[in-house]
Amino acid sequence: MNALPIEEEAAHPQPQSLTDLFVSFTLLALQGFGGVLAIVQRELVEKKRWMTREEFIEDWAVAQIMPGPNVINLSLMIGGRYFGLKGAMAALAGMLTVPLAIALLLALVYAQFGGHPGVAGALRGMAAVAAGLIAATGLRLFGALKNNVLGLRLCIGFGVLCFAAIALLRWPLAYVLLGLGSVACVLAFRKLTP
Amino acid sequence: MTEPLHLVFGARDWFDLFLHYLSLSLLSIGGAITTAPDMHRFLVDKQHWLLDSQFNASIGIAQAAPGPNVLFIALLGWNVGVNAGGMLTGLLGVFLAMLGILIPSTTLTYLTAQWGHRNRELRAVRAFKQGLAPIVVSLLIATSWILAGANGSSLKDWPVWLLTAVTALIVWRSNIHLLWLLAAGALLGWFGLI
Repeated sequence: MNALPIEEEAAHPQPQSLTDLFVSFTLLALQGFGGVLAIVQRELVEKKRWMTREEFIEDWAVAQIMPGPNVINLSLMIGGRYFGLKGAMAALAGMLTVPLAIALLLALVYAQFGGHPGVAGALRGMAAVAAGLIAATGLRLFGALKNNVLGLRLCIGFGVLCFAAIALLRWPLAYVLLGLGSVACVLAFRKLTP
Repeated sequence: MTEPLHLVFGARDWFDLFLHYLSLSLLSIGGAITTAPDMHRFLVDKQHWLLDSQFNASIGIAQAAPGPNVLFIALLGWNVGVNAGGMLTGLLGVFLAMLGILIPSTTLTYLTAQWGHRNRELRAVRAFKQGLAPIVVSLLIATSWILAGANGSSLKDWPVWLLTAVTALIVWRSNIHLLWLLAAGALLGWFGLI
């Protein structure tokens, strides 16, 4: 397969300021029902173009393998990439402040209306849509794998194994990441030119 | 309805709450939700700080609310605090739980990401990111599968699966705003159609 182009600091748009980061991440978080990842990919990669699909997958891989909430890790990394520690804190605060206030309000409201059958149904419907959004994010990112050093065939192979282990066999994520992940990393290491 | 809890909380108890989350932070690989079983064991079974219904509602509300799913931890802290007094102790619970779960993991992730970015030309760093890419993309599809299954696992739940699949196709292939789809899901659920 083709060699991987050396990662360049491509000239794409960037967040303007800490305020821009905070506001952007607040808006992202507020649109993310049932998980924020789908909206982060849609907005930051496809609309704002702060990062390419390839950069997004790389950051997501790190966010996923590190302990802690994935999307929190991801916003920390994106903020930190542009403005260092301050940027990381601004993105993190954007992700958490307003949504936290809303979640607390909802908890108070839920105590009143949680018993209504329509509410339970609506939650069920939104959860089904949220599950679809996550699958679509995966499908959209799949195209970026054609530039992967492993080659498309190996990528599909690892993808199928990972899906079988997690979705069908329900193995714990940590084992799958360690097991499959280390094999994939060693293969990638051997294919990369030193 | 079970009897509401009325707890008497001393400084030692608040510290234990904080310490519990601090200790879980670095174990939460793949997201904070992976440590939920351990939180249940500690908060509900061992300390009797929370009712089972409060634990489940905290997770459900955080899923339905906009923002990262890690907010379920804020709601758990909130409910423990409310059981120990009122709104003010509730806010203290939110504060301690969130700081505990976030400080260790975000520190580690931030330092690792900065190091990785500085050394991004290293063969090992590139191999790590390239190798994990197909696995984390596939993981998104697997997560979607598991979430859809959580809503309904029997054959009569086919409308839920259909809604998830149709959503995935629409989002993959079009640029419709995600909030319209979530609203549609909520309406379908409210009227009992799925």
